[in-house]
Amino acid sequence: MKEQFDIKKRSDIFDIIVVGAGPAGIAAAVRAAESGIRVGLLDDNPTPGGQIWRKGATQPNTARDWFAKLEASPVVRLHGWHVFAHPDSGVLLAERTASAEPEAIELHYHKLILATGARERFLPFPGWTLPNVMGAGGLDAMVRGGLPIAGKGVVVAGTGPLLLAVAAHLAHRGANILAICEQAPLHRLAAFSLRLLAQPGKVAQGINYRWAARSAPFHTGCWPVAANGQDHLESVTLQRGEQQWDMACDYLACGYHLVPNLELPLLLGCRTQDGFVTVDKWQQTSIPGVLCAGEPTGIGGVELAILEGQIAGLAATGRVDKAGALIQTRDRSQSFVRALEQTFALDPRLRSLPSADTLVCRCEDVSFGALNGYSSARDAKLHTRCGMGPCQGRICGAATSFLFGWTADSVRPPILPASFSSLAAPVSAPADELASNHISNQNRKDTL
Amino acid sequence: MPEQAISIVVNGAPVSVEPGTTVAAAIVISGSATRVSVIGQPRAPLCGMGICFECRATINGFAHRRSCQVLCQPGMDVRTQ
Repeated sequence: MKEQFDIKKRSDIFDIIVVGAGPAGIAAAVRAAESGIRVGLLDDNPTPGGQIWRKGATQPNTARDWFAKLEASPVVRLHGWHVFAHPDSGVLLAERTASAEPEAIELHYHKLILATGARERFLPFPGWTLPNVMGAGGLDAMVRGGLPIAGKGVVVAGTGPLLLAVAAHLAHRGANILAICEQAPLHRLAAFSLRLLAQPGKVAQGINYRWAARSAPFHTGCWPVAANGQDHLESVTLQRGEQQWDMACDYLACGYHLVPNLELPLLLGCRTQDGFVTVDKWQQTSIPGVLCAGEPTGIGGVELAILEGQIAGLAATGRVDKAGALIQTRDRSQSFVRALEQTFALDPRLRSLPSADTLVCRCEDVSFGALNGYSSARDAKLHTRCGMGPCQGRICGAATSFLFGWTADSVRPPILPASFSSLAAPVSAPADELASNHISNQNRKDTL
Repeated sequence: MPEQAISIVVNGAPVSVEPGTTVAAAIVISGSATRVSVIGQPRAPLCGMGICFECRATINGFAHRRSCQVLCQPGMDVRTQ
């Protein structure tokens, strides 16, 4: 009998909570639950799959396999919830995202697996705040969420393997892909393709994507320098070397590869290095009992995320023999992290995209010009409010890191805006209920 | 539109969407911006995945909901800011 999460409880205890229901989180939860313990899988989105396996389009076989495994497992699923605080060791506070009304719950855990995934990196350029300028993954997600795209003219731009995947999916949904603009130069993409020959699956996927959007010109070393329009996007100005031209379009889907979602790992105190969570060979972070898998440990794509998730789920439940058997494959797949990093490294000329009045912080409307002369993200935040709006620097942080070399300001709770009722109301269940739950969990744990 | 289309209200006007449609998509379909920025610019969803907060709207009276993470339910009342 599959257990449904009961919101009326307001508080619950799990042996393991997995945060993030993308490929890494699903793999971690499924493998952890095999050992008979109580596993909770929590995710901000209304359905499982994360961003890469977002619902609303044909899914690859790997996704279907893991969805089936998740369906067959006793994992307790909390879709449409986001963690906003970590008041104490072993406790998370979460608020409901998916409903109109904010509701909060308190979740207790013995071990935690962080699979918080990644988001797109956005770089500011004139006009990027116009409606219908979106991320590449952003437009894709909106279309999967019901935005009609058939017959619309779309320019796909930015950098990373996501661009081709997005162009292919949008073309499949009837969009007219006008151009695909990849900022990386041709020679680096060629080297990347050669490297991929060792992984026929990835090559085949790339060829399929390109074929699906074959009518669109693919420009390398090319990026949008302006989005033009009054109240919404009407055209983009593209630049390649010395050449500049305008292209009328309905949507610009522009994202510069991915950056990890580190807010929760940082809130928990996990050590990071060069912008990624540090883990040992068992995916264990610097905080005992807290593991991390997938993009937060290095942007490496779905296959690596599934391996890391499985290792985390197995290691967290003490099955080191099974986890150990996957280590070699994972370590080999990690070369893909470096290949992505090198291939899609940002062209330094992208730093000159914003003009003085281009907004960098979209929440507080702080311009590029207003940020000049500050020495750090904190300094700029205190003086200009850059990064102080509801997104808490999630968008402008990656931009100012690239533009000015700033590192993100420290993370403080709530890591996502929470309603006053969620912050103020103690949501704990009566102490006796918690205590009895603890005992039953403790007993289960002893059998591990 | 399939028969099981969902009807919601965006800024007082009815919008009909397919099941599984996010409130953010419904707002864009309605032709409205999702919010007006500090300096008065119209804004629409950027990230589509709950990160950027450009899509925040008042849903059934609850303010600042990330509309891209909320699925349309019949009769929902959505107001943009």
